[in-house]
Amino acid sequence: MTTGTEAPAIGLTHMGSEDTGLGNRGPQSKSIVVPYGFWLFVLSDMVLFSALFATYASLVHATDGGPVTSQLFDRTTVAIETLALLISSFICGIAIIAAKRENMFWTQTALFLTGFFGFVFLVLELTEFGHMISIGAPPQRSAFLSSFFTLVGCHGAHVTCGLLWLGTMMAQIWAKGFQQHIMRRLLCFSIFWHALDIIWVAIFTIVYLIGTLP
Amino acid sequence: MSFFGRLTWEAIPIHEPIPLITSLVVLLVLAAIAVWITRNHWWSYLWHEYITSPDHKKIGIMYITLGLVMLVRGFADAIMMRAQQSLAIGSSQGYLPPEHYNQIFSAHGTIMIFFVAMPLVIGFMNFVVPLQLGVRDVAFPTMNNVSFWLTASGALLVNLSLFLGEFARTGWLAFPPLSETQFSPGVGVDYYLVALQISGVGTLLTGVNFVTTILKIRAPGMSYLRMPVFCWTALASNLLIIAAFPVLTVTLGLLMLDRYLGFHFFTNDGGGNSMLYMNLIWVWGHPEVYILVLPAFGIYSEVASTFSGKPLFGYRSMVFATLAICIISFMVWLHHFFTMGAGADVNAVFGIASMIIAVPTGVKIFNWLFTMYGGRVRFNVPVYWLIGFMLTFTIGGLTGVLLAIPPVDFIVHNSLFLIAHFHQVIIGAVVFAIMAGYTYWFPKAFGFTLDERLGKAVFWCWFIGFHLAFMPLYVLGLWGATRRMQHIPDAAWAPWLDVAFVGAAIIGLGIFLTVVQLLYSIKTRDRRRDITGDPWDGRTLEWLTLSPPPHYNFAVLPDVHGEEAYWTRKQTAIKEEKLIAEPNYQPIEMPVNTPTGVIVAFFASVCGFAIIWYIWWLAILGLIGAFAIFVWYAWRDEHEHIIPLDEVIANARERRRVRHELLQELIKQP
Repeated sequence: MTTGTEAPAIGLTHMGSEDTGLGNRGPQSKSIVVPYGFWLFVLSDMVLFSALFATYASLVHATDGGPVTSQLFDRTTVAIETLALLISSFICGIAIIAAKRENMFWTQTALFLTGFFGFVFLVLELTEFGHMISIGAPPQRSAFLSSFFTLVGCHGAHVTCGLLWLGTMMAQIWAKGFQQHIMRRLLCFSIFWHALDIIWVAIFTIVYLIGTLP
Repeated sequence: MSFFGRLTWEAIPIHEPIPLITSLVVLLVLAAIAVWITRNHWWSYLWHEYITSPDHKKIGIMYITLGLVMLVRGFADAIMMRAQQSLAIGSSQGYLPPEHYNQIFSAHGTIMIFFVAMPLVIGFMNFVVPLQLGVRDVAFPTMNNVSFWLTASGALLVNLSLFLGEFARTGWLAFPPLSETQFSPGVGVDYYLVALQISGVGTLLTGVNFVTTILKIRAPGMSYLRMPVFCWTALASNLLIIAAFPVLTVTLGLLMLDRYLGFHFFTNDGGGNSMLYMNLIWVWGHPEVYILVLPAFGIYSEVASTFSGKPLFGYRSMVFATLAICIISFMVWLHHFFTMGAGADVNAVFGIASMIIAVPTGVKIFNWLFTMYGGRVRFNVPVYWLIGFMLTFTIGGLTGVLLAIPPVDFIVHNSLFLIAHFHQVIIGAVVFAIMAGYTYWFPKAFGFTLDERLGKAVFWCWFIGFHLAFMPLYVLGLWGATRRMQHIPDAAWAPWLDVAFVGAAIIGLGIFLTVVQLLYSIKTRDRRRDITGDPWDGRTLEWLTLSPPPHYNFAVLPDVHGEEAYWTRKQTAIKEEKLIAEPNYQPIEMPVNTPTGVIVAFFASVCGFAIIWYIWWLAILGLIGAFAIFVWYAWRDEHEHIIPLDEVIANARERRRVRHELLQELIKQP
C-alpha cells in the first residue's frame, strides 16, 4: 500500500514514516492494525446478527394465530430495497477510488450518492414497517413479528448509524482533506457498509425469499 | 408520564433501614475520600496520570482497583446471605424479608461476575500483556480508556440501585418469564439490563483491542510460539469475548424490547418462548466462565515457571490445551439446563462434550505439577495460591464432571451442590489466581513488594475459609437443599449452615487482612523496594524494564531470541559477563491523554439512568452528548506526543546502571 507519510504504529519512532524500521519483524504499522481491529469488530457484529437470525428461525412459526410470513412480505418492494442497498455499496466503492486519487469533487459526490441510496433503502423499509403496523401486524402481535421487526430493524439501525457516520466523514474530508488517519476511517466505513450488504443478503434470503415460498 | 418519568421521592428507601444506612455510609466514605484528595491537591495528578491516561498500565491498575472495591461490595452481599440462612431456620424469619433477600443474591452474582472477576481479569491483561509482548501499548490506547470507563459506568448504575429504587430480584441471569414486566414491574431488572449493556460494550471493545494487539503488535522476534502462556490465554479469552459478548447484548436487548415495548420474545403469551432465553444467555454464559478462567490459568503458568526456576513444562501442550478449551467451551452450554427436556440424545451429546473439557484442563494441571517437579521451588506467596488452587480446583472440577452426567444433574440441579461446585471452580481458580497475580505483579506496578507474612495469612484465611464455607453446601445439596432460599425449613441443616457462615467470616478476615497488607506494605515500602525491576528472578519481558516501568515501557523494543525472552537474554548476559551493547536510542511517540473515555462514560451513565427511569428527554440528551464527544474526538489534530531523546537516554542509562549491578551480583552467584 502506498501510504506516503503516516504516523507509525503506537510508540514506534520512525519519524512519521510507514516503515517501522524493523522490516517484517515487530509491530505492524497503523494502516494494517486499524482496519484489522475494525474487521474484528465487524466479525463481532456478525455474531450479533447470527444470534438474531437464530431467534428469528426459532420463532418464525410462533405466530399466535396472527399473520404469517406469506401474508406480509412483498417480493417486489424487497427487490427494490435490495437494489438500492447494493447500488449504494457499489457507489461507496467508487468513493474509495476517488478518495485514493484525492479527488474532492468525486469523493464527495460518490459519498453523497452512497448516503442517498442508503436513505432510499431506509425509507422503503420504514414504509414497509408502517404498512405492517397499519394492517394489524405490529411487533407486539406475536413472537414471530417481534423477531422479524428486531432482526430487520437491527439492520436498519445499523444503516442509520452508518448514515450518521457517513455524514461525519464527509464533513471531515471536506474540512481536513485526505489525511492518512481520515483515509483509514473511510476504509473502515466502507468495510462496515459492505458488511451490512452481506447481512442484508442473508435477511433477503432467510426472511423474505423463504418466507414467500409458495 | 411526568417530567422525571417513574422517578419520584419514593425511590429513596426511607423505610428500609439496611439499604438506607448502607447508602449513607457509602456516601460518607465517598465524601471523605473526595475531601482527602482535595486536601492533598491530588485531583490534577489523578486526572492526568489515571483518569485520562491511555497508558495500558494505568488502565490496568484502575480496572484492578475497581474490581477489588467491588469485591468488598459483593462480599458484603455474601455474608448477609450466609447470616440470613443461619438465622432464618424453623420459626424464625431472620432479618431479611424475601424481597430484599432476593435482591441481595441477584446483586451478589451480578457484581461478582461482571464487576469483580471481569475487571480484575481484564486489569491483569491490560497491565501485563503489552509488557510481556515487549511493546509500548495496546493497539488502540484511547479505546482502552473508553472500555474501562464504560465498565465503571455499569458498576456505578448497579450500585446506584441501592440508593434509588431497587435491584433485580430475579437471580444473576434474570431468567424470564420472572424478569418480564408482568412479574417484575419495578426498575430492578431495568437497572440490571442497562448496567450490563453498557459494561458489555466496554468488554467487547477490550476483546477487539487485545486480539488486535496480540496478533499484530509484538516485539521483533516474538513469534507466536515464543509468547508467554499468559499472552496465549489472554488471546483465547479475548477471542471468546468477541464471539460471546454480542450474544449477551442480543439476549439482554430482546428482554429489554419485551419489557419496554411489549414484544413477545420470552413472554408466556403471544407465542414467546422463555427457553430461547436460556439457550441464548448460556451461549454467552458458558464461554464467559472460560473468559475468566483462561487468563487465570495463564497467571498460574507464569507463577509455576518463575518460582520453580524452570521453563514451563509442556509449553506447546499448554497452548494446545488453551485453544482446545477455547473452542469446546462453545459446545457445552446446554449442560446448564439438562432439565429443560431436550431429550436423552441431546443431553448425552452435551454431557459428553462437558466431560471432554476436563481433558485439556487435566493436561494443564499435570503441566503445572511437572513444572514444579524437580524444580527449586521458592515458596513465596504466589506459590501458596498456586498449590491451593490445584487442590481446590481439582475437587471443583471433579464435581463438575459429576454434574455433567445428565441423570445426576436431574437430582442436584439448582441445589446447593451446584452452588458449591461453581464457587469452588471460580474462587479456587479465578480468585486465587487474582491474588497470586496481585502479589506477583504488584512490585512491577508500584516498585515495592507486598509483605510476605501478611500475604500468607491472607492465603490461609481464603483457603480455610473457602473450604469451611462451601464443603457443607455439597452435603446440603445432596440432601435436597435448593439454592436461593430465604428461609430454611429443616432444622437439621442448621449446623452445616453455621459452619458455612464461619467459613464466610474467615474469608472476610482474609479480605480485611489484604487491606492491612496493602497499608502496611506502603508504610514500610522503603525497605521493600524493587530496585532491579526483577524481584522474582523472572523469565518474561515485563521483568526486563524498571519497576514501575516508564510510560513507554521499553526505550528500545527488545529483540527476542528463544522461548523465554527475558531468561534467554539474562543467561546470555551472565555467560558473557556483560550487558548487550547500548542500542541506538530515538525519540518515542506516545498517544496523548484524552478525557474522551470519562466523558463518553458520563453520557452513557446519564442515558442509562434515564432509560431505567423512563426519562426519555434525558436519554436523548445523553445520546446526543455521546455522539458530540465522538465527533469532537474524531476532529483532533494531535495524536501523539514525543518523548524527547534526552529523557529516553537518561532513563535508559539509569536502567543499564541498575542492570549492570544486578548482573555483577548474578555472576558472583555459583
